[in-house]
Amino acid sequence: MTRNAKINTLLLLVVAALAVLPLALGLGDGKEEPFTGADAQAETAIAEIEPDYEPWFTPLYEPPSGEVESALFALQAALGAGVLAYYFGVRKGRRQGAALASAAAPGSAGEAGEGAGEGAAVPAARES
Amino acid sequence: MHIAEGFLPPLHAVAWGAASAPFVVHGVRALTREVKANPESTLLLGASGAFTFVLSALKIPSVTGSCSHPTGTGLGAILFRPPIMAVLGTITLLFQALLLAHGGLTTLGANVFSMAIAGPWAGYAVYRLLRKSGTPLMVGVFFGAFFADLVTYCVTSVQLALAFPDPASGFLGSLEKFAGIFALTQIPLAISEGLLTVLVMRLLMQSSKSDLVRLGVAKLTGGKSAEQTGREAEVR
Repeated sequence: MTRNAKINTLLLLVVAALAVLPLALGLGDGKEEPFTGADAQAETAIAEIEPDYEPWFTPLYEPPSGEVESALFALQAALGAGVLAYYFGVRKGRRQGAALASAAAPGSAGEAGEGAGEGAAVPAARES
Repeated sequence: MHIAEGFLPPLHAVAWGAASAPFVVHGVRALTREVKANPESTLLLGASGAFTFVLSALKIPSVTGSCSHPTGTGLGAILFRPPIMAVLGTITLLFQALLLAHGGLTTLGANVFSMAIAGPWAGYAVYRLLRKSGTPLMVGVFFGAFFADLVTYCVTSVQLALAFPDPASGFLGSLEKFAGIFALTQIPLAISEGLLTVLVMRLLMQSSKSDLVRLGVAKLTGGKSAEQTGREAEVR
């Protein structure tokens, strides 16, 4: 593993630990419903402060069950992750294409780099 | 930090909507200008929006025994400046309000103000201050994202406390209550968001240095023009 990859892995591990530790340490144990959403808790707090408050508008569409809701949340995350992966894939492809081109035609690295910079495809003839 | 549909009194809902609207309109202009001037930005703009999509869909357990989610707005604010993030954040909030019944249309103005305006501006301000004082890029990125996340939830607490002051202890009593729910829960999540934003920025440094140089995030060494060295970075 390169130093770069090590640092990236470490970052991910710390993020995972921050998410898992509250569960592992049982920090929700004293609660009636452990690990509910903060948004829902705010609604409860509003009901405590102003018991008469009635929401005056309801969502146009509401997921019919918790399962459908979590599916839609997963869809949102998947869409985002898909676009991110596409982005990094495209960038990596361009760099590899440029590297191949400059390896095939040494001395014209500047030219190949320019092509990659403009987003133009590296000529297929050079790749083969 | 999403205030649920119908949970802000009409007057508050309208006021926050009116406060947010100019920022979003200005943001749309900034966005179209950026895309016209630098069409190659489109891909990175998409990636910044996608980062917000992923992070705001993740409900993560926190030390208070409840769950909350990061916002993902720090990255876009640092890369493209806060006005553009106002647009990307609004798109995310609209998606959640319409499809997930998370947040809402009547509370959209308030939610846009906290997540897409106040958070990104606060994070960007912290990032700029740190960078100006010579702090390394990744430290600036971490704290920029950290504050973009945390300030969002503090603003939500203020919004709710304004709308629902405690009958006995007033605005401050309510603020304590809502901040206890939102801000405290958010601290570890804001750290996570900071670390994830640093991770993405590190990946961008490897894959898209030329874009970062053009956007003024990464600096160059030597006397070459930004354009030239950007291209060389691309070849590498």
